[in-house]
Amino acid sequence: MSLIEEIDYGTPRSKSETMVTLTIDGNQVTVPEGTSIMRAAMDAGHQIPKLCATDMVDAFGSCRLCVVEIEGRAGTPASCTTPVMPGLVVHTQSERLKKLRKGVMELYISDHPLDCLTCGANGDCELQDMAGAVGLRDVRYGYEGENHVFAKSHGEINAAWMPKDESNPYFTYDPSKCIVCSRCVRACEEVQGTFALTISGRGFDSRVSPGMSESFLGSECVSCGACVQACPTATLTEKSVIEIGQPEHSVVTTCAYCGVGCTFKAEMRGEEVVRMVPYKDGKANRGHSCVKGRFAWGYTNHKERILNPMIRERIEDPWREVSWDEAFSFAADRMRGIQQKYGRDAIGGITSSRCTNEETYLVQKLIRAGFGNNNVDTCARVCHSPTGYGLSQTFGTSAGTQDFDSVEDTDVAMIIGANPASAHPVFASRLKKRLRQGAKLIVLDPRRTEMVESPHVKALHLPLMPGTNVAVVTALAHVIVTEGLVNETFVRERCDWSEFEEWAAFVAQPKHSPEATAILTGVDPNDLREAARIYATGGNGAIYYGLGVTEHSQGSTTVIAIANLAMATGNIGRPGVGVNPLRGQNNVQGSCDMGSFPHELPGYRHISGDAVRDQFEALWNVKLNPEPGLRIPNMFDAAIEGTFMGIYVQGEDILQSDPNTKHVVAALSAMECVIVHDLFLNETANYAHVFLPGSSFLEKDGTFTNAERRIQRVRKVMSPKNGMADWEVTIALAKAMGLEMNYSHPSEIMDEIAALTPTFAGVSYAKLDELGSVQWPCNEKAPEGTPVMHIGGFVRGKGKFIVTEYVATDERTGPRFPLLLTTGRILSQYNVGAQTRRTENVVWHAEDRLEIHPHDAELRGVRDGDWVRLQSRAGETTLRAEITDRVSPGVVYTTFHHPDTQANVITTEYSDWATNCPEYKVTAVQISPSNGPSDWQKSYDEQARHSRRIAPAEAAE
Amino acid sequence: MSSPDRLVYMANQIGTFFRSQGHDKAVPGIADHIKKFWDPRMKRAIFAHLDAGGAGLEPNVLEALTSLKQP
Repeated sequence: MSLIEEIDYGTPRSKSETMVTLTIDGNQVTVPEGTSIMRAAMDAGHQIPKLCATDMVDAFGSCRLCVVEIEGRAGTPASCTTPVMPGLVVHTQSERLKKLRKGVMELYISDHPLDCLTCGANGDCELQDMAGAVGLRDVRYGYEGENHVFAKSHGEINAAWMPKDESNPYFTYDPSKCIVCSRCVRACEEVQGTFALTISGRGFDSRVSPGMSESFLGSECVSCGACVQACPTATLTEKSVIEIGQPEHSVVTTCAYCGVGCTFKAEMRGEEVVRMVPYKDGKANRGHSCVKGRFAWGYTNHKERILNPMIRERIEDPWREVSWDEAFSFAADRMRGIQQKYGRDAIGGITSSRCTNEETYLVQKLIRAGFGNNNVDTCARVCHSPTGYGLSQTFGTSAGTQDFDSVEDTDVAMIIGANPASAHPVFASRLKKRLRQGAKLIVLDPRRTEMVESPHVKALHLPLMPGTNVAVVTALAHVIVTEGLVNETFVRERCDWSEFEEWAAFVAQPKHSPEATAILTGVDPNDLREAARIYATGGNGAIYYGLGVTEHSQGSTTVIAIANLAMATGNIGRPGVGVNPLRGQNNVQGSCDMGSFPHELPGYRHISGDAVRDQFEALWNVKLNPEPGLRIPNMFDAAIEGTFMGIYVQGEDILQSDPNTKHVVAALSAMECVIVHDLFLNETANYAHVFLPGSSFLEKDGTFTNAERRIQRVRKVMSPKNGMADWEVTIALAKAMGLEMNYSHPSEIMDEIAALTPTFAGVSYAKLDELGSVQWPCNEKAPEGTPVMHIGGFVRGKGKFIVTEYVATDERTGPRFPLLLTTGRILSQYNVGAQTRRTENVVWHAEDRLEIHPHDAELRGVRDGDWVRLQSRAGETTLRAEITDRVSPGVVYTTFHHPDTQANVITTEYSDWATNCPEYKVTAVQISPSNGPSDWQKSYDEQARHSRRIAPAEAAE
Repeated sequence: MSSPDRLVYMANQIGTFFRSQGHDKAVPGIADHIKKFWDPRMKRAIFAHLDAGGAGLEPNVLEALTSLKQP
């Protein structure tokens, strides 16, 4: 194993299909039109010296190091900004060029410190490399002149010198080492799209400046790391590199945060991670990253991580550390005991969207084959289960239709109930790049999101009232149908025409018009009409949606309404269009694919199907139960009723993440055996009897499947700190319960999945190693996977239009609870925060705040930063207020990353009609000034502290 | 909310979605949905409620459950 060195071609790839042939240093080179001479030379294996060019950003032509000679042309043009032309004859090395380059480097080095041996970039410095490449041996100018290098010069304070900026927790900015190549500035603009950096001043005064000469932390910087990656010197350097030194080997793996599924190189020294660097060959992220994946992996070494198994008789007892064997036999005895006492169906489990496909598959196998029932569910229940239902009804398969590359061909992006700039930042950056090229953006969201407020992005924002998605999307359909914007050719060819006619007649009713629904949706009818026209007629229209769609009483209905819209306008089945659920967690798609839902086996096949069951029964050598099992909310209800008494929870904090915390507490307290398998003593563990320590994504092999159905390898870079990878823990628990599972490596689990699941038939670790990744379906028909689905026809045959009647949620505002609470995520934190709260990311978001409109705040006497009591029918909590007009009057908003906020004490048990996905996004609340934490928060905190006690180890005899 | 109130509520929610498709599509639609997604103990409980008169169930839902209950 060695360090993976990626080739830097200097300028981006040209997409042209016209090829051009030219001669570089005597070799004929053929490249796409629009390629730079620099890139063409690199293609031919000739590296032209360069400093300001890198292939993640457009050519700039400022360093003049990459000059070349072209026969028949005067002067020495920069090869980065000069495109290839047929028949050019280029020389990259000559006496004249050597002299010019040496002169350029001499000037650079005359204003650069010579502390190479102790510099953080030692061993990874392009400036050093170029000095070597051009043969620089002497700097005739000396170091006494004006410079940016020394704090003092000639005994005086040097005004041109600037101290290091160490404000960002993950990287430093050392202006004394800056060569002002502006790669960081361009990376921030072109790759990330934040525009936080600029070059201030001119000539010798030019400096890289975050914001208006602020600190990095104080500026708009979102700490994505693109600038650090782009920097050719030690000016922007990861603090971990400064501390540890340069890595010696690297392993390609997949990020374990959101559903974008970025590919990273884990750069290592032994078993220590030095840094995570986004991988250019990663097909989801194309070399980009966000603050979480790039920097927030320190939780794996956090002191609160639990590394030993623990058990206890009662949840009031302190934890007792035991051997793995003792923990497994304790857990198995309890679970079997419950089954003897209450029946076979009285136990179940929850698979994790944070774990690998292989681990998820094993947990559902343990439940179906070992527990002998189908009481398996997954955290996707509480996020994207309506996607599964809605898209399988309409299109025939429950997954996003596109790959992320598709966005490069999109002309109109409609984002519904999602905030990619915060929750799927790398996808947002790719989208913003397309928007800056002229694509249009429509955003349906109650809040003016970070996406709407992105620099250089003009969004048509429809600020709808929470809970009115179906009315708004149906009104969009109304406009498309009544204004004659339907793509009739597409509908006649691909969809069931009579169902379409029925649907069209339904949406055309005047009661579905934007004007008629405005009173309940709050959306300006003119804006809504314009949005519909743009989406239907603006070229390739793509819909991206998130939990703002699914987490409602009518979540599944909205998904269906979205699918209707895409079919009616013909925006399905080619690059640039489609219906794309943005998945919350890294492996939501995978956990759904792997048969984590109680009613279906891997590959979305209903458990009642005899043929499918036969296949699994033959391979697993057991009899399977043909009846669907309990879904998570049903499990809680059954626990309170006394018919569901034991649960195995892998990698999910149901207590913090599920709605109506008090209800969940009651359910967990009623159970006789709660097994939590996690990295940390999470909130659920406060009610657990067995704690099985988990392993992080750095400590195991496996695969994750991202939001574009892309199956990607997760590779082990260090030994599990707890001693066992999660898949090994499940195998051992199964064995203790009498179910033998024989796998020596996750690749064997994938082989079994491929053998049993038609859409995965062509997937193997060998193929993933060869191709990097594949998107399912991957089988005989599509051996290299399927980037875009439904080309030429829908998976189910004809696309199915289904009418979508708006029904108001039963969660209504009234005199007691006049405001609507909705929830969301912030960039720096991730879901329940178990990981990100244990990293330096807390500097950006140390607590959840309640966003409230100035009118609503004034009415209640609330000032910015005040503690407020947030009260709903279900419960109350307190947090601090942030006054902002990002939310409309009548709407308040908060994030849910911190357990002490307890946002889910407020949320209710209302849920989606089809899937029981909880209605997190609408809760009627009241706000009043408060002095501090509520009684519930205090008693909860006390219980949590009490419950987390670990008994001291007994003295050895 | 406890069983059977919660189950009645859930069943009626399903009924509400299918209502706009008309009675003839709604009744089999509701029955199929409950058959596919409800755990046996939930089905048993709602059937018991149905046997006790099915108070609170919407007409389409009542009809769907009656048809589903027949083997």
